[in-house]
Amino acid sequence: MKTKYFFLSVLAMTTLLVVGVNAQAAQAPLKEVKSAKGKVSGANIFNRLLKKDEQRNAAPPEDGIHDSANDGTHVLQPPLIAYDGLPTSEFGNYVDWVKSLDDGLLKPRYDLSDPTVEPLVMDLDIVREVKASMPDVVFPHKPHTQWLHCSNCHPKIFIPQRNANVISMSAILLGQKCGVCHGKVSFPITTKSCTKCHSKPKPADWKPPKSEASLKNPWR
Amino acid sequence: MCAVRDIIKSHSARVLVFFDEFMEGVSMFKSAMIGLLGMLAVLMLPQAAQAEYADVVINNYADAAGMRPAVFPHWYHRIRFRCKVCHADLGFKLKAGGNKITMAKIIDGKFCGACHNGEISWSVENCGMCHSGVPGTPTQIHGSTVQRLVAPTYKSLGKPAK
Repeated sequence: MKTKYFFLSVLAMTTLLVVGVNAQAAQAPLKEVKSAKGKVSGANIFNRLLKKDEQRNAAPPEDGIHDSANDGTHVLQPPLIAYDGLPTSEFGNYVDWVKSLDDGLLKPRYDLSDPTVEPLVMDLDIVREVKASMPDVVFPHKPHTQWLHCSNCHPKIFIPQRNANVISMSAILLGQKCGVCHGKVSFPITTKSCTKCHSKPKPADWKPPKSEASLKNPWR
Repeated sequence: MCAVRDIIKSHSARVLVFFDEFMEGVSMFKSAMIGLLGMLAVLMLPQAAQAEYADVVINNYADAAGMRPAVFPHWYHRIRFRCKVCHADLGFKLKAGGNKITMAKIIDGKFCGACHNGEISWSVENCGMCHSGVPGTPTQIHGSTVQRLVAPTYKSLGKPAK
């Protein structure tokens, strides 16, 4: 019977919380004004949204996606065991997959059953001029063809023709063009990974292009 | 709140048995306090998933069929195979939940079944190794830019078409 009181109190607590959360959401702008008077609100702490080190590469039973009540979950390999000895990076899986492959630390198969099949590697860099002040993009075919086949990208995602592809960061962030893989499986778009693609500095005499408006009105 | 509800739901039967024994000889007030404290403890738990980047949750049909959603770890597979093997040779589309994989197709040797056949890798009788997701988790690529920027747009596909 005591269990009843336990659950009653849990229910009460849950109700309070739901009411509390709703009230908090409704009063959110008010709260911020209050915090300006002195107290630093919890919303203003440093690195609020940054992933903490200890939250990286969690083992399956603790990662929030796998069900720890499932026996199979506990059989799965924790990622950190597999990553032991691999070069690290600052984003994604925190593993530099391309370097791991170049250094021979990984030997992933290129064929389903035959481990001796070698990939069809093409070493061709494509330079894409960027209109704005960011360094130009160098697309290296080599690391891509080490992992993928031509048909993965051509011609569906990228038309294999000069100036035929319009690519923008917004398209990439929404999962199109490079974003079909980058930001999902291969290294993601973070402030630390910009220079991985935007790697060719602009020429010394480069000046930002003028918009039509500023050409019409030089005082603008 | 959804996560809390799920935790309570999935463990309710076991918790009930445990607490009936535990509450033997505890006063009414104390049991209420334990309830409050327990609830607080649950709320203090980290709620956000910390799964590995690029883990794919596939929940097209699983929830509707009373199975846990399947979780595909990209990191584990890319150590052993290059992207080309699955995404060019086996015809996996580059879209989470876009392949409409069913157990019938897998047993037929398609998709996962090309390897998970007891020859290249372990066979399909190890249900819980793939169907290991928290029930109710929507189809997603965990940690993807799209997932962080846009509200998930994936929906369950219900029962597979025959």
